[in-house]
Amino acid sequence: MAQFELTFKAFGHSALLIEWPARLEENILNDILRLQSILESEINEGIIETVNAYNSLTVLFDPLKVNLAELQHTIKTLDRKDAIQVIKSNRTWKIPVCYDSSFGIDLEELSQSKKISIEELIQLHCQHTYLIYFIGFLPGFLYLGGLPEKLHAPRRPSPRLKIDRGAVAIGGMQTGVYPSESPGGWNIIGNSPINFFDPKSNPPCFAKAGDRIQFFAVTVEDYKNIREEVLKGEYKIEKNDRIN
Amino acid sequence: MIGSIDVLTPGLLTSIQDKGRFGFKRFGVPVSGTMDHQSAAMANHLLNNDASAAVMEITLTGPQLVFNSDTLIVITGADLSPAVNGGACFMNRPVQLSAGDLLSFGGARKGVRAYLSVKGGFQTEKVMNSFSYYSGITSNALIKKGDRLSIHSSRSSGQLKSVVKEDPTLFDSLELPCTAGPEFEILKQEDQKSLFDLEFSVGGDNNRMGYRLNENNLSYPESYSMLTSSVLPGTVQLTPSGQLIVLMRDCQTTGGYPRILQLSETAINRLSQKRTQDRVQFAIRNS
Repeated sequence: MAQFELTFKAFGHSALLIEWPARLEENILNDILRLQSILESEINEGIIETVNAYNSLTVLFDPLKVNLAELQHTIKTLDRKDAIQVIKSNRTWKIPVCYDSSFGIDLEELSQSKKISIEELIQLHCQHTYLIYFIGFLPGFLYLGGLPEKLHAPRRPSPRLKIDRGAVAIGGMQTGVYPSESPGGWNIIGNSPINFFDPKSNPPCFAKAGDRIQFFAVTVEDYKNIREEVLKGEYKIEKNDRIN
Repeated sequence: MIGSIDVLTPGLLTSIQDKGRFGFKRFGVPVSGTMDHQSAAMANHLLNNDASAAVMEITLTGPQLVFNSDTLIVITGADLSPAVNGGACFMNRPVQLSAGDLLSFGGARKGVRAYLSVKGGFQTEKVMNSFSYYSGITSNALIKKGDRLSIHSSRSSGQLKSVVKEDPTLFDSLELPCTAGPEFEILKQEDQKSLFDLEFSVGGDNNRMGYRLNENNLSYPESYSMLTSSVLPGTVQLTPSGQLIVLMRDCQTTGGYPRILQLSETAINRLSQKRTQDRVQFAIRNS
């Protein structure tokens, strides 16, 4: 397992920013998540919460309880080799998506600009699994890596003011699902009946950084049925725990 | 004893807030909480409330509230001409209200955000360990007409004499104490200097998520891009147009613009009381 060179930066008076090399890489994500888990289980005194992104971990602390220099020193001298197997996630969530043109309002345009059929586009989108790097932007918005290059597509020239909850979209080299109604500039290819954020659940998101997502296509009829089950709290998202 | 307050008119942007929602950033949940922590803390302190008690944040145009029970209140922060049954109401000290009293507000004389605390704190819906309103997390994003807000009823047993002097710098000082942000170094040498020499002004696009500043006299380094990373309330982002955005309490959890400064708590509180076109000046402090 690679050990990366880390950079430490003060981020105001009550946060420490730890940075890994600026790359989108699964090994880097795993190293970040490993440090996060150690920090939370071993030196939680004074730590309020930790937040990861592609190549960073931000540690929010209470300056009355911990001093930044000490915290930095403790982290630098941690032995991080042990926890590798414990925290690496092998979970893949199977997410239903309806790619019907009533939902996938940009499918036609995307199919023309990418010069691939709508069927092939959907097949490609469902074929791959996507790694969850982190959740940010909106409550429950997953930053996913692994969109095949054939599906990369620039954001729309002007963002739409209103995108539906559940919209499945492609923006640049990323794909994602809008967890709530919001403005947005990505190309909409479908909609998922699943809720990606539920403030009444603990935790509020079923997925976490390090898990994977795979989409599968459902009909309009299936979509309606699944949505009803979701609203009643009866839908169980299929998951697959791979054994390496 | 359970009491309540009825909302006759909600005012412009009125919400219930506490110190914020912690432990859920990893799910993309903003911290939220009172914009001006200092005034909110004072409002709770004067009633001997817990520091984490929920208060009402009132912005420029206040609500009209009818109290259905005897209650001790304190109003701090911006002077929005508070009145009880039409007569001027003291600020920065406990005031005893009786069942049936009408609390209303008039013109904004000073500052932007006032805080109303009630003895024991507002007993509204608590979601993910916080009372702070946020669209999609709490049922309401703002107080609305017809809402009935639960409180404890209370009557003071002795004289109400605790008064605090408000901190004049909260409203008058242009200075925003800050430290260098993680990407401060990407600024050109002359911009690193002018950032602290120049004054900036608050743009019309300012709300609980962020304040955009009007000027665009800083240059964005050519072809610079960074991977999306964490942002915090008080993070000052440089946008490609050269304009600055100061993120506030409801800001998203991650962002992709360089973080060139990080405001102190004092600075966030001060900025929360600034209006469109008000001037500010960044003042760097070595942490």
